[in-house]
Amino acid sequence: MSRTAAELRVGERARVVRVDGMDEISMRLLEMGLTPGVELELLGKAPLGDPLEFELRGYRLSVRIAEARRVAVSPLSGDS
Amino acid sequence: MPDPVPGPSPVGDSKPNPVAASADAWGRESAVRVALIGNPNTGKSTLFSALAGVRQRTGNYPGVTVEKKEGRVVIGDRPFVLIDLPGTYSLAPRSPDEMVAVDVLLGRRDDEPPLDMVVCIVDASNLERNLYVVSQVLELGLPVVLAVNMVDIAADRGVTLDLARLERQLGVPVVPVQAHRKVGIDKLAAAIAAIPAGSQISRSPQSATDTTARPDAGRAGVARVSPFPEAFQREVAALEQLERRAGVPVLPRYLLERLLLDTTGYLENAGLPGVTAELLAETKAARSRLALQGLPVPGVEAMSRYQWIAGILEGVVARPKQRLVTTGDKVDRVLTHRVWGTLVFVAMMVLMFQPVFWMAEPASLLIDGGKSWLGDQIAAAVPEGALRSLLINGVLEGVGGVLVFLPQIFTLFLFIAILEDCGYMARAAYLMDRLMSRVGLSGKSFIPLLSSFACAIPGVMATRVIENPKDRLVTMLVAPLMSCSARLPVYTLLVGAFIPDRYYLGGWFGLQGLTMFAMYAIGVVMAVVVAWILKLTLLRGVTPPFVMELPGYKLPGLNIVLYRMLERGWSFVQRAGTLIFAVSVVVWAAAYYPRDIERVAPELVKRQADAALAVARLEAREAELGDQPQTAPGDLETARQELEVADDLLAGAMLRNSYLGRLGQWIEPVVKPLGWDWRIGCAALASFPAREVVVATLGVIYNLGADEDEESESLRETLRSATWDGSTTPLFNVPVALSIMVFFALCAQCASTLAVIKRETNSWRWPAFTFVYMTSLAYVASLAVYQIGIRVGG
Repeated sequence: MSRTAAELRVGERARVVRVDGMDEISMRLLEMGLTPGVELELLGKAPLGDPLEFELRGYRLSVRIAEARRVAVSPLSGDS
Repeated sequence: MPDPVPGPSPVGDSKPNPVAASADAWGRESAVRVALIGNPNTGKSTLFSALAGVRQRTGNYPGVTVEKKEGRVVIGDRPFVLIDLPGTYSLAPRSPDEMVAVDVLLGRRDDEPPLDMVVCIVDASNLERNLYVVSQVLELGLPVVLAVNMVDIAADRGVTLDLARLERQLGVPVVPVQAHRKVGIDKLAAAIAAIPAGSQISRSPQSATDTTARPDAGRAGVARVSPFPEAFQREVAALEQLERRAGVPVLPRYLLERLLLDTTGYLENAGLPGVTAELLAETKAARSRLALQGLPVPGVEAMSRYQWIAGILEGVVARPKQRLVTTGDKVDRVLTHRVWGTLVFVAMMVLMFQPVFWMAEPASLLIDGGKSWLGDQIAAAVPEGALRSLLINGVLEGVGGVLVFLPQIFTLFLFIAILEDCGYMARAAYLMDRLMSRVGLSGKSFIPLLSSFACAIPGVMATRVIENPKDRLVTMLVAPLMSCSARLPVYTLLVGAFIPDRYYLGGWFGLQGLTMFAMYAIGVVMAVVVAWILKLTLLRGVTPPFVMELPGYKLPGLNIVLYRMLERGWSFVQRAGTLIFAVSVVVWAAAYYPRDIERVAPELVKRQADAALAVARLEAREAELGDQPQTAPGDLETARQELEVADDLLAGAMLRNSYLGRLGQWIEPVVKPLGWDWRIGCAALASFPAREVVVATLGVIYNLGADEDEESESLRETLRSATWDGSTTPLFNVPVALSIMVFFALCAQCASTLAVIKRETNSWRWPAFTFVYMTSLAYVASLAVYQIGIRVGG
């Protein structure tokens, strides 16, 4: 079952499956470490619901919902 | 005894290598050129300052908006030039600004001698992502030294690092540092000095054919292997062969790789030499072939590099099993909380401006006092005439007018530096992003706009944090619409004089305070509208992405904060000071010349001279009488009053007759629909270089002499009683006052801001655009305010 990083619940962990798109935004997401196989956790959302705050590769990254939708993930079970 | 065989000395040997330093060691050409590169938020600027000390030079790379920062330092007895490259997560150019760093590193810039080595700075608590750009730098073939910064913070988080192992696996010298405490700087300098000179060889064209081992890699005993899979490397080699066969200039291997990887189309159209239609077609074919082999472009780069990094970090980093919840984490929970985070944010924004005023006030008063004292000294030393007037009314008032604002500006810079250094700025951007994205901007535009409430100059400079060029430009263009501290005197004067002192809702809302707030609000509303329009028209583009690192919190370092405050404050003094100085002199001359008042209004000159004589005579008599009872105590008082009136009338006539006055009368038809007479027009005109001079100008114009400040009751009184020339109709009323205030709220009356926009955009086009749009906006808005005002309020 494939979901996007934008659909994760706060505190939920997931593994990146792929990043869609070939434009600058996708390249930036890849460069920031959102590569297939990497684990991430949704730490929280900004007060107005957007952007989102993730933890991955030992640091914190903030992306908008629109960008997080490009990141296909598979949630890790039993760790939410 | 000198080493007879010049050669590479081992890492850690602080003895300088003698090869590079020649007899003319101080010459620019022979200095060893070292670039400093790393991710944002790694303390790169701090390390640069720690290494280079005070001998720095800043400027701009021609044609782009990238700041060029160089420092000179002597290590051992060799001169080094340190080049601070902009902080970046990746060396993948997608804009001319991003191309600068790549061109400098590859020695492709005509205005820059090639580099000799690179120092990469990485954040110890986040080596994984930080090594991404390092892997790109390593491919360039230059000698590299790795500075691992903030090792103390990593230790606090329970992260242990085996740096000796990292050095072995990476094949370059690795030095732990704490840049903000200046710990490890000597060791880093020694490691830099220990790199053998003459590395230019490694960038000769031949080295491009060598795919894996780099000429200098053997030194540390580990070959630097390309992070890319074989298939990818073969495609790059094939592209190189294609260029060779075609007999066109062969691109450096790194740029060929980038050409293959860049799917945004930037490099294809960047006008690189040797990029032919055939090469581009082959690039596209190569991408298809790679995709079929499970190596899709652009994903293959990030995957390969992070895989390579995982190998390099094997056994280097040990994190605690259970992630330690640090104080920073706890603080962050509150600061990004839905309710608390918002409350803290709002409180912070409100409070930030309070200390700016009360902390700076005493210093401002001191400077003002110093200004008056200096004026008196000049008046005593220099005889009456053009020189005295130039020194006092031109130079002192103009430059002093800027210096009075310095304490406010320094205080604001101090707060911004503290917020930046502790990591809160990124949270503010995170919290505000949703609101900013409604007008097509991102959260990163928020901080520059916030700073602009104090002064647009630091605001415009703060736009450097915005990577998206269009976004940055829009932010820069609307920043001057925020009501800066220089508008306050105008608001204070006019609100106090013409807005009734009424209170509503049990005294909570005063009409004067609301008017003041409305002036701030109109700037914000207009900024939102203008930004929205610009993003729809001239600077059309998709809402920029918001992909931002949220760096860890840390205690702000006193040195860094003070250094940044002084550095920015000083550049403000230099830029604004020199410009204001020049403009003040010009405005002074326009208001002073021609000195033919005796021809134009001889009766006023005579009246003033008579009055002065009368006062002098009475004063002489008083001095003679000493303590004796005075014969006519009222006489001197009357004579002095008459002198004051005569002085004011003469000053007014002189101003009317000056070039500035003539211009003011000439433009009266234009400003009349705003409810202004020529004198207000004149004051507005004189305020174009710097809006804060308007209070002084109004003072001169309304026959009061140039010493008025906004608190003076008499200027308020005079404005209230001012009438149209040759009539008894009062000049000022509420619509006129509002029309003036709205004009000042929206007009681009600040030459320093325009100069900074020119500097930051590297073109006269944008300051010209800012000037035109703001001035038109101000005119139209105050026209509307006045015309509606007289119809509604009479």
